Amino acid sequence: MTVTAPPATRPTASGPDLTRAALSGRRRFTNHLATAAIWFAVLLAVIPLALVTYTVIAKGGGVMSLSFLNEDIPNSYRRVGGGMGPAIVGTLLITGMAALMAIPLGVFGAIYLNEYGKQRPLARVIRLMADVMTGVPSIVMGLFVYISWVLLVGEQTGFAGALALACLMLPVVIRSSEEMLRLVPDELRQASMALGARKWKTTLTVVLPAAISGITSGSLLAVARAAGETAPIIIVTGIVFSPNWNLFDGSNTALPAQIFRNASQPFEAAQDRAWGAALTLIVIVLGFTIIARFISSRFAIKER
Amino acid sequence: MASNDTNLTTRPSVAVHTPGTATGAESAASVMRLRDVSVYYGSYEAVRGTSMPIQQNQVTAMIGPSGCGKSTVLRALNRMNDPIPGARVSGDVLFHGQNLYARDVDPIQVRRRIGMVFQKPNPFPKSIYDNVAYGLRINGIKGRLDDHVEEALTQAALWDEVKDKLRKSALALSGGQQQRLCIARTIAVKPEVILMDEPCSALDPIATAKIEDLIFELTNDYTIVIVTHNMQQAARVSHYTAFFTAEVDEQQERHGRLVEFSQTGKLFTNPADKRTEDYITGRFG
Repeated sequence: MTVTAPPATRPTASGPDLTRAALSGRRRFTNHLATAAIWFAVLLAVIPLALVTYTVIAKGGGVMSLSFLNEDIPNSYRRVGGGMGPAIVGTLLITGMAALMAIPLGVFGAIYLNEYGKQRPLARVIRLMADVMTGVPSIVMGLFVYISWVLLVGEQTGFAGALALACLMLPVVIRSSEEMLRLVPDELRQASMALGARKWKTTLTVVLPAAISGITSGSLLAVARAAGETAPIIIVTGIVFSPNWNLFDGSNTALPAQIFRNASQPFEAAQDRAWGAALTLIVIVLGFTIIARFISSRFAIKER
Repeated sequence: MASNDTNLTTRPSVAVHTPGTATGAESAASVMRLRDVSVYYGSYEAVRGTSMPIQQNQVTAMIGPSGCGKSTVLRALNRMNDPIPGARVSGDVLFHGQNLYARDVDPIQVRRRIGMVFQKPNPFPKSIYDNVAYGLRINGIKGRLDDHVEEALTQAALWDEVKDKLRKSALALSGGQQQRLCIARTIAVKPEVILMDEPCSALDPIATAKIEDLIFELTNDYTIVIVTHNMQQAARVSHYTAFFTAEVDEQQERHGRLVEFSQTGKLFTNPADKRTEDYITGRFG
């Protein structure tokens, strides 16, 4: 097949003026205005973020040391030194346990809602309840776990804290995962179905992998929020000054609760510890983020 | 294009299946038969009373204007309408004499034998290899997956283009390649019948020509039913053509209807029905 080239068009003096100057002044002005407004909004949004990060690093960095990370919490706020070891252990264990309970349950719930329940009455009720649960204040969830678990077992434990955090995470995980599953194009489900795949197989091998990176992000957001919850921890896990590795036996503590307790003291030593705890918490959440991004990138769809 | 591999015709499928290389239209056995099939969405009757055969190792085309129910009928042939809430089929869709809508028929079993290729190329967001191997894996075919994948890709006339990048994402292929990959994925599980729902409508003329050649090659081993908007395409690739149209009844409701079914040559040169003639001569639709 021979291709005949179109006749070359040479720019002529009378051709259209394509330079920017040809635009009307009003349009150029609007364009610059919009660009400026966007940059202004970005700056405005970054200012508080940068200030928080700066303050926490500046004030928390001073007390940060290896001993701060693993020493016991002094049982007198007045005393200088000591560390946040028990709170770090508590945060990792309690948040980890909460994630272990809430994420699988939430993802399965989302699969039910989006793949099976759809618009059935039961699914609609669950969806509504999840939305309502998202709005329940964390202190209410803490009280709920206090009367339904702590009073039942008879003591404040780390597990009770994990339960409260899981209850807080669950609706977020359900709703964000459902949104991600809904973004998976129906064509993929149909293609799998037309090959003779059963529904669970389609869900597990086509739908879930296609949505996994979004589900990870959503779950992570829930974990990050839960790691910073203070009120339920104070109510249901109590307080300890040396590490408690057992979630099911005895009181525990966590970084947010320690930040609250230490920061509300009039002693400089306690306030320093609070800043240190704040920095530690931020770093831990950042660590979660990096790990989850890494995991989801391994599953993620590669375009090329 | 080595599409005549002998082991492809030995399918682990329905026992009554008698392979035949019938080319003479009259002598062909019908692998499927529609008997007074109506498809409903809720109380709305989308397609009314369709009866037609689908001949073995032949291409049957369904043509007609938009909204005439040809895709609906196609999807009724392997129960793809099942998940649509309220969708219902009356009449008999027979596959080797067995009604696909009988109470004890498992739609999964149906779809393993009657595959489907869709309008928009829809490869899985996986590697090229995994796309083709997917159907084999879910159907529990173990062992020499590599051979099966190569065979399917060769049959789909895609092997030479992708053999060096089997581990690359299928989404990096062009539209025409993606559609051939979807065909490869479908034939990898060795169905008897392949349903194609406007497989070329999203493709350029060159990619379309490739798919049409492929359809012709595939009739050695498969029975093909193709829905198309394009009358020239139906005339080029099919042995039989069914012309559907939409009719408005007394209650002002539109229903799809099969107007005429016959050999393609006859339908296009000497249609029996006035409406067919009007459509193919471009007087409406």
